[in-house]
Amino acid sequence: MPEYKWPPMGKRKVMGQRINRLDGPVKSAGRAKYPSDLNPQGLLQTAMLTSPYAHAKIRSINLDAAKAIPGVSGINLFVQPGAEIQWAGAEIALVAANTEEIARDAVRAIKIDWEVLPHVVKDENLAKAGTRAKAAGEQVTGDPEKAFSEANVTLEGEYGIPVITHCCLEPHGNVISWKGDKIDYWPSTQAVSTVATQLATLINVPATNINVTCDYMGGGFGSKFPPDSWGAESAKLSKGSGGRPVKVFLDRATELTIAGVRPSHYAKIKIGAKSDGSITAWQSDSWSSGGFGGGGMSPIPYVFVNIPNRRNNHAAVSLNSGPQRAWRAPNHPQAAFLTCSALTDLAAKLNMDPLALLHKNAGLTLRADTYRNQLEKAAELIDWKNKYHAPGEGKGTLRRGVGIGVATWGGGGHASKCKVTIHPDGSVEVELGSQDLGTGNRTCISMVAAESLGLPMSAIKVKIGNNSYPASGPSGGSTTIGGVSTSTRKASLNALEKLFEKVAPALGVAADQLEAVDSRIQVKGNPNKAMSWKQAAQKMGPSPIEEMGENVPAQAAREGLNTLGAAGVQMAEVEVDTETGIVKMRKLVAVQDCGLVVNPKTAESQVFGACIMSICAALYEERVMDAVTGRVLNPDMEFYKLAGLPDIGEIVVHMDIQEVHDKRGVIGLGEPCAIGGIAAIANAVHNALGVRVPTVPVTSDRVLNALGNKRYA
Amino acid sequence: MSSNNDSEKDKRAQSGFSRRSWLRGAGIGTSVVGAGVLEQEAEAQVTPKVMSGEVEITLDINGRKRSVKVEPRTTLLDALRNRMDLTGAKRVCDRGTCGACTVSIGGKIVYGCSVLAVDAVGKSIQTIEGIATEGQLHPVSAAFVNNDAQQCGYCTPGFVMAAKGFLDKHPNPTVEQVEKGLAGNICRCGTYVGVRKAVLEAAKNYKGGSNA
Ligand code: FES
Ligand code: FES
Repeated sequence: MPEYKWPPMGKRKVMGQRINRLDGPVKSAGRAKYPSDLNPQGLLQTAMLTSPYAHAKIRSINLDAAKAIPGVSGINLFVQPGAEIQWAGAEIALVAANTEEIARDAVRAIKIDWEVLPHVVKDENLAKAGTRAKAAGEQVTGDPEKAFSEANVTLEGEYGIPVITHCCLEPHGNVISWKGDKIDYWPSTQAVSTVATQLATLINVPATNINVTCDYMGGGFGSKFPPDSWGAESAKLSKGSGGRPVKVFLDRATELTIAGVRPSHYAKIKIGAKSDGSITAWQSDSWSSGGFGGGGMSPIPYVFVNIPNRRNNHAAVSLNSGPQRAWRAPNHPQAAFLTCSALTDLAAKLNMDPLALLHKNAGLTLRADTYRNQLEKAAELIDWKNKYHAPGEGKGTLRRGVGIGVATWGGGGHASKCKVTIHPDGSVEVELGSQDLGTGNRTCISMVAAESLGLPMSAIKVKIGNNSYPASGPSGGSTTIGGVSTSTRKASLNALEKLFEKVAPALGVAADQLEAVDSRIQVKGNPNKAMSWKQAAQKMGPSPIEEMGENVPAQAAREGLNTLGAAGVQMAEVEVDTETGIVKMRKLVAVQDCGLVVNPKTAESQVFGACIMSICAALYEERVMDAVTGRVLNPDMEFYKLAGLPDIGEIVVHMDIQEVHDKRGVIGLGEPCAIGGIAAIANAVHNALGVRVPTVPVTSDRVLNALGNKRYA
Repeated sequence: MSSNNDSEKDKRAQSGFSRRSWLRGAGIGTSVVGAGVLEQEAEAQVTPKVMSGEVEITLDINGRKRSVKVEPRTTLLDALRNRMDLTGAKRVCDRGTCGACTVSIGGKIVYGCSVLAVDAVGKSIQTIEGIATEGQLHPVSAAFVNNDAQQCGYCTPGFVMAAKGFLDKHPNPTVEQVEKGLAGNICRCGTYVGVRKAVLEAAKNYKGGSNA
């Protein structure tokens, strides 16, 4: 069996280089075909009718007028008369027609008799949630009462972070054709190898009948794992039309209303500390909502988990609003915001620099040294020493401030299989049922194979995005890179071992004495005894070498190719206009623990992207529900606000690439970098103003409300 | 309330927001759209009625005249994507906020979702597919690749078109000008750091000229 472990840091030729993403040219030329771009012959377009009411019963549905419209191919109902709808935007009917325009006409012609019922869509105030709040049960550690009574300083604060939506630019949807036994399915998905099984259950066919293809997809962030009800109904409409392909993609309003949200989190937090800043007690009463099913539970206290005395109460609030889906680091950004806001306010109460407070309490984290080093590095990059001042200190109406947020994430590699084929002409194919969400996965797979086979990347053909390739896990929880890099490494070396066996006799040594370097097979340490890759391949005979490699999560720790556990620290500097309440980003620094980095270029892009998403959530984005109508008030992109190019300030990403981390193996990066930024920005605002804006996004109205009559000059 | 009176109609005509004026602007005679459409207009104001039915128009796209059947309400973006298989421009917000659908009409950068296909008749339209031949990269696209100014890439064609249009007008931009000039495009993956660099690099490598 080959030695799978990674070549040492200094010896790698491809991995660790800054490589342009392989699909960059086709994407930036506008020629990449996303599922929503596919227009196969005979395509039927669709439009969806959704519920205008947040809570209602359907008395009757009349499709006659809609069906009579020329060009309508079929109409499928998601629900039947009698059904109770629990949120506005819930799927009612899907129309397939020759054109989108006709499908929309038909949707308008559907008549529904509604019985409207009372709804609850607001969660800011737990007292008003009534029976909609379900307590999760109290958790107590140590003796919080005693610890609070002995504390020198006690901080009490209330903080909130509302629901946000994924707002993937490519909406949720698919093209699908169902003809006879065969289903061709082109979803915009994060789960090429698992989505067919789920669809199969919904439409009652064997999963093996479904061929999934997704070469490119326009953003998922945790919301694009399932086939969704519209995937199933579009399949049935295709079958009903005699096999014409059907395209369904949500319109923007529907996308923002039902295609996934990140749960809100609100908390009343109390922290007790000694005068030197050592934290001794924590109490939190938190609640959250992610729609009708309630919401996630935020892991607080976050990162500083070993506060000796703790009491936690949490309630999940059920709302008549669109359901939650996993959102880049589920529950962590919220937990980081709640915890780091309270810690910063505690520092203010102690007259302490929050950086000093976090250093002082680093022992309460699970990786004290890592956090200490990261705090130091981030402080250096943002120039904390010179930028930090006592909260609210300063002159003028424009105030600057700095703040901190911390992060932790697990990761690890998901189950992944890879097949490497070396053809007799020397060409190499690497196949995985994986997907590239824009992370650079395709490029990283190619780099790992090239590194392992001693070939240039141009000699490797990477095939992903199809469920006929060996199964790889869905892209969630930052597990992709660990999984695919391991399976690719093992498959490549397994194939190489077979190639060595074929050429060993010609080179007059045992197979285990060979190595692959610079497109040559040579005797280890003796470049003169060698043959080119092409010559070596010719020794294979007519049939190709096909070898598998697998990442088995349970074996990963022993093999050491991938690992889990990534810490991060982010620091922000903002400027607040105290007259208008407008917050402007000046700088955001991300120090990221990242293990072995396959491609620093795409890895950094992921961290930059996470920083910008944090800016969005800290300053702009919020799903706003209307208490009266029960609808989302801003299901569009002018009022569901995201940061634009002028809004981001300077961003500095420091990937902590060094040998100690590298030795740990490959770690996923999607989530850990998307956690600390919101807290950092909110705390920077606090530092600038000397006043806590308790709820993000820190919009100008919230700033002005928090300032009250306070004047700055 | 009824708007079915002449003075109301006149006001609308003056404000330039009536269907009448877009039909005129597109240079399409009423006979092409079908008799009775304009007569129905006043009534349409009372009970909104959708004007269905297709007309054949000719669009000048990427230097080629192509005829396509559209409805009067079909946007240029939907005509390109649904009816001509030119899918580089993406439909994201569908109401002029995000720039994913950016194309150029007569050298001017516009949101394809906010222009009716019939309004684009007689004008020269350029889409991302037209800025470089297949297999080649326009210098702006190349700069996006070099600076990793894309992740999922769904916003990228719109950004490239907007950047190209911006650089045609501002060949030597400052960072601030780039930020303002491309503020009409939104990326969810957060590629702005790369975009900023890419546009500045493209400015160096590519000077003006509305066609590659
Ligand atoms: S789709 Fe046209 S601006 Fe968003
Ligand atoms: S790269 Fe994904 S939206 Fe911009």
